[in-house]
Amino acid sequence: MLSVQEKLAILADAAKYDASCASSGAKRAGNGKGIGHSDGTGICHSYTPDGRCVSLLKILLTNYCTYDCVFCVNRVSSDIRRARFTPAEVVQLTLEFYKRNYIEGLFLSSGIIQSPDYTMEQVIEVARSLREDHAFGGYIHLKAIPGASPLLVERAGRLADRLSANIELPTRQDLVQLAPDKTVSAIEDTMAEIRTRKDEADEDRKRRKAALKFAPAGQSTQMVVGATKTSDRQILETATHLYASYGLRRIYYSGFSPFPLGDTRLPQAAPPLVREHRLYQADWLMRYYKFEAQELTSDAQPNLSLSKDPKQAWAERHAEFFPVDVNTAPREALLRVPGIGYRNVERILKIRRYHRLSLEDLGKLRVRVALAKGYVIASDHLPAVSEIAAAPREGEGAVQLHLFAPEAAAVSAVTGEL
Amino acid sequence: MKLAGVRRVVIEPRYEAWREAARALLREGVCPDDVDLVDATEPLPALLFDPAQPEGDGQHRTGAHIRVPAEFVRRAEVVACHRERERWNLLYRLLWRLQSERGLLRMELDEDVARLRRMEHQVKYDLHKMHAFVRFRRGMDMDGEHFIAWYEPAHRVLGLAAPFFAERFAVMRWSILTPDGSVSWEPETKSLHFGAGVSRERAPEGDDLEEMWRTYYKSIFNPARTNITAMRSEMPVRYWKNLPEVMAMPEMLQQADARVGGMIAAQANASATAFVPQEHRLPVLQSALPACQGCDLYRCATQAVFGRGPATARLMLVGEQPGDEEDRRGEPFVGPAGRLLNELMIEAGVDREAVYVTNAVKHFKFREQGKRRLHENPRLSEIFACRPWLLAEMDAVKPKVVVCLGASAAKSLLGANFALTRNRGQVLASPYAERVIATFHPSAILRAEAERAAGYREMLVQDLRMAAEMAY
Repeated sequence: MLSVQEKLAILADAAKYDASCASSGAKRAGNGKGIGHSDGTGICHSYTPDGRCVSLLKILLTNYCTYDCVFCVNRVSSDIRRARFTPAEVVQLTLEFYKRNYIEGLFLSSGIIQSPDYTMEQVIEVARSLREDHAFGGYIHLKAIPGASPLLVERAGRLADRLSANIELPTRQDLVQLAPDKTVSAIEDTMAEIRTRKDEADEDRKRRKAALKFAPAGQSTQMVVGATKTSDRQILETATHLYASYGLRRIYYSGFSPFPLGDTRLPQAAPPLVREHRLYQADWLMRYYKFEAQELTSDAQPNLSLSKDPKQAWAERHAEFFPVDVNTAPREALLRVPGIGYRNVERILKIRRYHRLSLEDLGKLRVRVALAKGYVIASDHLPAVSEIAAAPREGEGAVQLHLFAPEAAAVSAVTGEL
Repeated sequence: MKLAGVRRVVIEPRYEAWREAARALLREGVCPDDVDLVDATEPLPALLFDPAQPEGDGQHRTGAHIRVPAEFVRRAEVVACHRERERWNLLYRLLWRLQSERGLLRMELDEDVARLRRMEHQVKYDLHKMHAFVRFRRGMDMDGEHFIAWYEPAHRVLGLAAPFFAERFAVMRWSILTPDGSVSWEPETKSLHFGAGVSRERAPEGDDLEEMWRTYYKSIFNPARTNITAMRSEMPVRYWKNLPEVMAMPEMLQQADARVGGMIAAQANASATAFVPQEHRLPVLQSALPACQGCDLYRCATQAVFGRGPATARLMLVGEQPGDEEDRRGEPFVGPAGRLLNELMIEAGVDREAVYVTNAVKHFKFREQGKRRLHENPRLSEIFACRPWLLAEMDAVKPKVVVCLGASAAKSLLGANFALTRNRGQVLASPYAERVIATFHPSAILRAEAERAAGYREMLVQDLRMAAEMAY
């Protein structure tokens, strides 16, 4: 019989592959009856030495799983230590951690035991007890189990701030190959279910303030990258489809782990951590900078550059678009200038109504002037033609590692060499 | 720092103190260049000579209504918590300029406005970090549970932070102690009580739950992604000393490499693939088998046991793994279970000489008890690791029907979730063979009590008969 502490060690360890730990997006006032509230911004209560935020108690209810997904450490054929929490144990841990201000709330996921419905019921029971028995007002993120019945998804959404169903892998073929027990249709059906319920609830709340909320912080998903040969182009296409179809708040890209961190002494850091980072940048460009997925890669170069951020890479491929005049250009054009972030674009638009901006002014706004000045016209600055034309072309030397090179991965993970 | 000779006003480190002084100065018409607002906690520089106190023009603003945008008040309240001494002067200068420059706060490039913005950002950052990094420790006194935290903020943000904790922990009795001040919350009256700063000895030394918290912190860390730089930038070192989890860090970093090794072992699929020859002919396969190290079972077994039977067999039987006797003799199904199987085949009318017999796992897995070697079930990973051999044999023989004897063989061909109780005796399609029938292993009959054994036996014979009918 394992102690709660031993279970915690096993079931937190098993959850560490899920990148998401966000606690933002839901406002919940203190209810006066129990502990907990949420101010909407999300708080990282600590950081682990991998640089990741610790915001929620992120655990699995159990790491027993009847599925056999090749990329997942909890797959049925994996020889790991198994454990299972009772719902009451998770409730106690969450409350006690919360009272000491260690966490913002709970992120509960689970291996599939018995059936998707049974698993979902167990997960829901934890959230129900927290909300109903303890009037807990903190953040709750529940994993929606693909294939669980719509009724259970509905119940989960009433209790949780966020739901997520993991898409797992970027394409249907990847999933067939590596996650034979999961199907794209079951995952996407669950996502569609969440979206429909949320849209309905949001609609009700427009008419009636007292109507019940449904997953106020929306839904997110995660896909493992680097486990298959799928290109960034395909990944970004899938991302666009998911954002558009299911109104996702976030997609998390999780570089297939274990992979080594690139040694900073190497001239080019190692994928897929860099690749993961580039995907996040591309994702960000799509959501906040009005880039289309197709613009960021091409059929000839289906992967993002590892050596450059995708915005800069785009600018270098589109010399004809520049220079952009910071004092006259429309918002959409400013957003495409490397070195200028979207918040600074808003500030520039405000300031230029009464003041013509110079390069020095841009520096005061903390624009990355060294990078941006090759692309902008300012009151005191015209970029030299050579600055744009001379921009170095893409050098795509790095090879994406993937799951089916286990020896190479194992060696590099141990030695840090590539 | 201003030159001696200007008027000096001492301000207690509270927004309200500054507001009173600033109002009076403004009414008097004192220009910001002629006054130095000094924080009361700052040591006063000695004056070289007694300054002639500059007076305001006296009429400049006397009686005039002081007007400031609400936005300025909001931001000044935040900046007042900054520890930099110049903040009072900056705020007064802005207040002064706002009387004539209406849109001043929108001028982000103005030096004073930029500085206001920077200080405001620094205070808000520290406030946010305080919300995050306060750690309560549970204590007990006559009134019950009392959660107490010791915290050292970079700026004077206790007053700004208290309402957050009041809302979040409304039903708990809690206190936060800092060097500059302290605050307590009374859940019964729902009120905050501010007090003087105290020393850290007044806070509890620890909390039983911290060990559990460290366990979580250690386990949620992914050692394959170690990145201390990123951690430091989000959680600056100056905050570390009051975080109980940070204590665990040296150990975590030390063990990171070993944990990565463990993660790789868990991820890596043991497999015989590399040892199976390209050419799938029985003699070729048989001569390659002894060299297999696709999983760890080769270490203890005497030898690998290959299948037996004609390459033209139409029926193939797959058992679990060699037993004690098979391991010594190097042949499948020659022990007690094998002898029983022979009997059953005769009963079912199947000619053993025409059948190909093999196992899902080629090495004997056992544990030693005294001199005896006791059979142990192979793990799924071992079954899957050995599957390439079974598939190669199937490819060489191309049987019409494959009979899986027992759950291990069935899982190899029909997937990890296969359950004998559910699908025994059915003709199933597998990715590897068109027709697979799973049934009991003869050893199940040997182990079962008499009544059950008879039932098993009957079903096994029946399944063998059905398989033979389909195969021929």
